[in-house]
Amino acid sequence: MRVVSWLARRVGAAAILLWIVATVIFIAIRMIPGDPAEAIMGGPGSQASAEALEAAREQYHLNEPLLVQYALYLGQLITGDLGTSYAQQRPVAQIMAEMLPATLQLTLISLVIAWLIAFLMAAVAARSNRIGQAMGTVIEVVAAAVPHFWLGAMLIIIFSTWLGWLPSVDTGTVQGIILPALTLAIPLSGFLAQLMRDSLVTAMSSPFALAARARGASEGQVFFRHGFRHAALPALNLTGWAVATSISGAVVVEEVFARPGLGRSLLGAVLSRDMPMVTGIALFSALIYMVVMLIVEAIEAIINPAAARGDDA
Amino acid sequence: MSRTAKILATLFVGLVVTAALFPSLLAPGDPLAVKPSEAFQAPSLQYPFGTDESGRNVYTRVVHGTADSLTIGLAATALGMGIAILLGVITAFGPRWIDSVILRLLEVLYAIPALLMALLIIAFTGPGTTPAIIAVGLSTAPGYSRLIRTHLRTLVNSEMFDAATVLGHSRWHKVRNHLIPNTLSTLLALITLGIGQAVIWASALSFLGLGTPPPAPEWGAMLANGRTYLHFAWWLTVFPGAAIVTIAAGATLLGRTATRSRT
Amino acid sequence: MNTPAVEIENLSVTFPGPNKTRIEAVKNVSLTLTPGKALGIVGESGSGKSVTARSLLGLTSGNVTADTLNILGTDATRLTEKQWREIRGNKVAMILQDALNSLDPLRPIHREIADALPGSRKQRKQAAVEALYSVEMPEPALRAEQRSPQLSGGMRQRALIAQAMIGSPSVVVADEATTALDTRLTRMVLDQLAQLKDQGIALAMISHDLAQIAQVADDIIVMRHGEIVESGPTEQLLSNPQHDYTKQLLAAIPSGVARFAPLSQVATTEAGTFENFRHPADMRKLTDTLAIAVHGLSKTFGDHAAVSDVSFSVPQGSTLGLVGESGSGKTTTARMILGLERPDTGSVSIFGQHFAPAKESDRRDLRDQLGAIYQDPLASFDPRYTTSQILINALSGGTTSRSRHYHKRALELLDLVELDSSLLSRSPRELSGGQRQRLAIARALAPKPDILVLDEPVSALDVSVQATVLDLLDRLQLETGTSYLFITHDLAVVEHMSDQIAVMTHGNLVETGTAQQIIHEPSHPYTQQLIAAAPDWGPRSRR
Repeated sequence: MRVVSWLARRVGAAAILLWIVATVIFIAIRMIPGDPAEAIMGGPGSQASAEALEAAREQYHLNEPLLVQYALYLGQLITGDLGTSYAQQRPVAQIMAEMLPATLQLTLISLVIAWLIAFLMAAVAARSNRIGQAMGTVIEVVAAAVPHFWLGAMLIIIFSTWLGWLPSVDTGTVQGIILPALTLAIPLSGFLAQLMRDSLVTAMSSPFALAARARGASEGQVFFRHGFRHAALPALNLTGWAVATSISGAVVVEEVFARPGLGRSLLGAVLSRDMPMVTGIALFSALIYMVVMLIVEAIEAIINPAAARGDDA
Repeated sequence: MSRTAKILATLFVGLVVTAALFPSLLAPGDPLAVKPSEAFQAPSLQYPFGTDESGRNVYTRVVHGTADSLTIGLAATALGMGIAILLGVITAFGPRWIDSVILRLLEVLYAIPALLMALLIIAFTGPGTTPAIIAVGLSTAPGYSRLIRTHLRTLVNSEMFDAATVLGHSRWHKVRNHLIPNTLSTLLALITLGIGQAVIWASALSFLGLGTPPPAPEWGAMLANGRTYLHFAWWLTVFPGAAIVTIAAGATLLGRTATRSRT
Repeated sequence: MNTPAVEIENLSVTFPGPNKTRIEAVKNVSLTLTPGKALGIVGESGSGKSVTARSLLGLTSGNVTADTLNILGTDATRLTEKQWREIRGNKVAMILQDALNSLDPLRPIHREIADALPGSRKQRKQAAVEALYSVEMPEPALRAEQRSPQLSGGMRQRALIAQAMIGSPSVVVADEATTALDTRLTRMVLDQLAQLKDQGIALAMISHDLAQIAQVADDIIVMRHGEIVESGPTEQLLSNPQHDYTKQLLAAIPSGVARFAPLSQVATTEAGTFENFRHPADMRKLTDTLAIAVHGLSKTFGDHAAVSDVSFSVPQGSTLGLVGESGSGKTTTARMILGLERPDTGSVSIFGQHFAPAKESDRRDLRDQLGAIYQDPLASFDPRYTTSQILINALSGGTTSRSRHYHKRALELLDLVELDSSLLSRSPRELSGGQRQRLAIARALAPKPDILVLDEPVSALDVSVQATVLDLLDRLQLETGTSYLFITHDLAVVEHMSDQIAVMTHGNLVETGTAQQIIHEPSHPYTQQLIAAAPDWGPRSRR
């Protein structure tokens, strides 16, 4: 019963959030000076034909009163109708469905890689001496400060141009995804490692770690029984943010490695000011963020049931 | 802060400020001067960072680009921080219902990744330097708002404030004696961190062709240009990017050290 | 059974200090632990007692040397980390202080207790439940499945004892196992420790509290600055202390010490001997005027009633001790009296004038009559201020005037709380705990208040420092006639400091009376339990 009501509350909150995002976009399109139909078709520079503008007016019910437009717009969104892409003349939902797997694959793989790298960095730095700690900090900060577009280019120069080990563009093979995934993963791992190390150091010097040593646990056991969980918790907490950042990053990475995907579609849509497409992708990434947050909360509840229930002594 | 860290920080800030205000001291010459006969020269003593497709000196361009990239970063941070301080103050001191409304709103903005939000804004405004500044400023504001709100809340609920209340100090005295001075240092650290991030985001937009257009020596734009020649003129990409990483990482380390040394 | 379990001779532990120096945390300490007996190691912060205790398990990070370090027949001077691990938990176990974090909040209790045991998961869990049962944990099977944040303080402390006992150790080290616990919980732990002795275990009990150690220990070692200053059988050490420091510690214990009798001792400069600190005589003439009058105060947070219908009053020039365990609502009551929390119902008046609930601007004039002192003074100082800035800020009502007048007043205040004027330019972070609390008192006295509200003002201090601060408060009251509302969980302190005592539990005020009445003839069952649980402190009468 508890799980059902928790889920209902969460889904309700997510729905409200999506509704607000949709509303903000609706208002923003109407706030652009000039003809909203023109804005949807890509602004005054697009020189859309009179028929196209009329079609846009028809599709977005621009001839109706504003409130009716809004109701119809929401009605379409609820039925999953995201409109038709101006630039590609195809339903936005269809384009997104085609592009989604590639982006999803890229983000998931790089999330896993980022976690692994971050955890290794944190574990090594946490157990080294003061100089090692300072170096760890610098490595983490630099990793977190490297822009995706430059890192991607560096990896291409080293592994593709000089060493010739890996392809610099998407080939649809396993080798093709290594460099893009690393590009996305390394800056993220820098962020995560900083967080993990802080909580790892705290956990390893806490009274419960001392208690574990006092009952005969080895350093390795203390690390895996206690340190690991405490390090994972704050990083897990940030997973929603991490996924969101990865989607941002995917825009750049897909562009650098010429990979088809949602990110590149979004960039194209922004450049051609293809509003239906932009709206669709924005709503979708908000949806992903919320789904991820939901999953994270569920996992946290498993690791730390007391905190999830809001109990305290 | 240790002595070494202080020296390094001073050197870093000095170098960046010189490059931004007096680029000719470090790199005499015109960043836009074209010399087709010298195109695609690899790094050498004469051209430490090599030359680009029009024979422009990349070193000169990187140094002179500091001002552009930094201005965008500063302006975007100023905008983001300005909004964040406003929202932070309203949420921390305003009535409870305003606090919860704004918090909900920030949560919505959090659900949209920063670069995505920047892209959304540019989708409405069209590309350019000013849109890039607005986009980066607006998309970083939600995060800062939360930090500032938490900071102010902690101060107002602190025993330090309670002690001043019990001594009968007026609201204004508490704000002037404790709140503002104790917030300034935190803000400064946040701003330092923010500039680093803003430089990255702004150059990402330029790289995607949505920010400052070429041939201005803006680092992101230089990178976008260098990408075309990536396979045989690596220096066009390596050096502008290294400049971005230096600024961003330097600012982050500076901000972090400042935050930690106070606690 | 009389072969010693642990024999230590000339144990020294050093840590690397700044600039390649070595810090000697423990110097030439010798001790013996005998099966069925308890050794108490008492000392204040920095005495090296915890480091000594941990070297029994090889858990110090410092450099350990000893002529003899014999643990259950094993020469432990040259054990490898792996050999130490076989000793820990199985032969020598440790009971930690119940900081919330002594049990990993992310793991179920049964795993925190039994994860070092051999056997299948199911067997280990069974063993954990049995261990919990033997320390009288209520509903052991249910509790074994829970995590530490779901347990009460008492249950956590029981779990920590079960954790130490599950490997059937022959030696148990209890490191500050009773520190920061409420009175009744302390009694429970002390009883459990005494039981361990009966089971034939060699017990080492480490604490800063001599009164608690005396309840369990057969022999006592007094440590200071890493060295043993005195040791001997408990009876003898308490009744006939030889070393001045031991005498000082004994004198500092407030239980049973008459009101206004000094606790601290000061060195007379020439002879280097100690003599009791002297107070001016108690010339107070208590009148009918009420400094604080509280009527029907209530406060609810969410659905938790923190304070319900509390009424009491503090006559001018006297001290009302407000005593209660954690969560009793005593701090919330103090905050409402200070106007920091708005009461749901009820009112507070100060010298007959209405004070709370009220608009801040309406009562600001009354604030000069009211000062407050907290447990952690550091948190109440602006971290950027020096001592002089803190005082001048308080004296000038929040302006930052640099006038000479305020400087002079600041010096007077420092003098009043017996602090040296050289501290004026220091940051409070550079001061010792006792100095900080004196500075907090000086600041509270700046507007010359007639009332001080003191919320656990000495709980974070070492016993001997606590004694000097309590003496200072006594002297100030005698000299200035200030009224005190003294809030604490410590019965001994409240008994010594109060004219009247009010007892709170679960947000209710259950009993009010003179200190004499409450301590010797408590009428409410809760008060009776509380008094019964307090350490039975005999030696005072013997002295």
